Amino acid sequence: MMNALHADAGPTPPPVLEMRALEREFTRKPVLAERLLGLLGRQIDIPVLKAVRSVDLSVHEGEVLGLVGESGCGKSTLGRMLTGITSPSRGELDYNGKPVTELSGQALRDFTLDVQMIFQDPYASLNPRQKVGDILAEPLRVHRITRSETETRKRVDEALREVGLDVSYRDRYPHQFSGGQRQRIGIARALIVEPRFLVCDEPIAALDVSIQAQVINLFLDLRRRRNLTYLFISHDLSVVRHIADRVAIMYLGQIVELAPAARLFAEPAHPYTRTLLEQIPSVRNRKRKFHAVKGEIPSPLKPPSGCAFHPRCAFATDRCRAEAPLPRDLTETHRVSCHLFDNN
Amino acid sequence: MSDPAIIQPITDTPQRRAILRRLRRRPSVKGSLIALLIIVVTGLLLPSLALQNPYDLSSFSVMDSRLPPGAESFDGQVFLLGTDQQGRDMLSAILYGMRVSLMVGLISTAVALVIGICVGLTAAVLGGRIETLLMRIVDFILGFPTILVALVMLAMIGRGVDKVIFAIVVVQWANYARIMRSTALSERRKEYVEAAFNLGYSRPRVMFRHIMPNSLNAVLVVATVQIASAITLEATLSFLGVGVPVTEPSLGLLVASGFDYLMSGDYWISFYPGVALLLLIFSLNLVGDRLRTALDPKRS
Repeated sequence: MMNALHADAGPTPPPVLEMRALEREFTRKPVLAERLLGLLGRQIDIPVLKAVRSVDLSVHEGEVLGLVGESGCGKSTLGRMLTGITSPSRGELDYNGKPVTELSGQALRDFTLDVQMIFQDPYASLNPRQKVGDILAEPLRVHRITRSETETRKRVDEALREVGLDVSYRDRYPHQFSGGQRQRIGIARALIVEPRFLVCDEPIAALDVSIQAQVINLFLDLRRRRNLTYLFISHDLSVVRHIADRVAIMYLGQIVELAPAARLFAEPAHPYTRTLLEQIPSVRNRKRKFHAVKGEIPSPLKPPSGCAFHPRCAFATDRCRAEAPLPRDLTETHRVSCHLFDNN
Repeated sequence: MSDPAIIQPITDTPQRRAILRRLRRRPSVKGSLIALLIIVVTGLLLPSLALQNPYDLSSFSVMDSRLPPGAESFDGQVFLLGTDQQGRDMLSAILYGMRVSLMVGLISTAVALVIGICVGLTAAVLGGRIETLLMRIVDFILGFPTILVALVMLAMIGRGVDKVIFAIVVVQWANYARIMRSTALSERRKEYVEAAFNLGYSRPRVMFRHIMPNSLNAVLVVATVQIASAITLEATLSFLGVGVPVTEPSLGLLVASGFDYLMSGDYWISFYPGVALLLLIFSLNLVGDRLRTALDPKRS
């Protein structure tokens, strides 16, 4: 499975998924009046929402990459592009060193099944008309992974047990379960096709706090047992700190900082990361006041000039307002996009 | 893995049974369900129940023409609801007519429903040009008065039960297509549909196995009400003389045939078929309406 030709097959394992200048825009179709104006040769401006703006990121075999950002910053869109649910507007996505767009036949099927997604809302992610057993058996039947019904049933039971559910639940409907149980069913559905890579889109955000820890532990367990690779999307840094090896901080469609988790929490570089970290409540900083990040996240329809974070940044200079910072490497593994680090 | 999370599921009742129970509890629904049941059963067992076969010209005599309800015929038969101008027993004619009406209503609704569901689903899932094209056709059909389109069509293709069914399907499928498209559109955005695509299921599979079963509620409820309106449409067309042939009278045609004698006091020829039609449509509407309430998850 490893690509021998891959350049950096050194100490770090090769990237499973590699994004190069990946972008995604959303726009609307011109309405009739605008189309008529267009025919008359008039310039029409239809707003374009840049959900993801030029993301370079790779996920390595066996790691957990945390992706953190405020809501609306494009994290979910990025995750969806990795699984193939959303297609990129520009840029390239490589799976095992091959562009996803060039995959076909068996290779495309492998990509589809290898990269699975865990959804945020356990109440919407299961088909309410299917019994749990059918939800889990369907991928096996569709892709003819199992050869007989008895084998299918065996696999379904195994999957249920693996996520900590009773096998008798296979004859029940999703609405009979609690949020945490449903999320487990969703995880079992993803696992049953034996994926290598899981994109977890805020998988615990919709769960009760008492259930969150259980589900996180389930993710950690599964990782150990199955050598899974994760992209773990969250808006909660304290969750990511617990689970991730590396953390990418996303702001308005761009990755502004990327570092190993320990380093990011010890020495955050980007002003945005620092503000986010100050928000985490802990026993030690109990007495401190919480400073909310100033202002609102800007509209992705009209991103600010220069550095997207400058309207909210305490260190913003004229340069930040005029010129977008390029990512630069502070260490081999720590990358940040901020003008503050240009000359040190 | 022994896990504290193995808790019992939070609810236990199968949904379908609860809906039926909720339906049955209403006395008005009970009444109309029973009425419907009687109509359907008599419709099926007719040939053995009815006094005579109104389609068989030799089974009745012009001598019995326009007898009032309760009158006795030459050979001692009692006409409970009287006879029409040809000496047909009105009760038998109504029972047979009810069967024609019910058949036209059910078949045309079923066919229109299937077409509408497929068109609406396709439009919602494929989107783009195909959606625009399909939905403009729907708008076009819904833009004309139903009765006008049906009249023109039947004027062109002639009378007959099959042709009436065809005409009703043509004017009604668009209703279902529009409803189906809008519910399917909102289902399509849900995460379980994304999950299905993500697991590599084919588009038809996602359409028919995942989106469709979850979008049917609305369209099925409309369909129960639409059966009644299909029957009304058939009765109207027959009344106007373009529907079913005179030899196989439906309720609408029976009303029409008595219309000429209404002023001369022979009310029963029009009145009783009218009452039967009213009962049929009333109970269908009531059941449909209650079905909607029962299927509404917010009222559970």
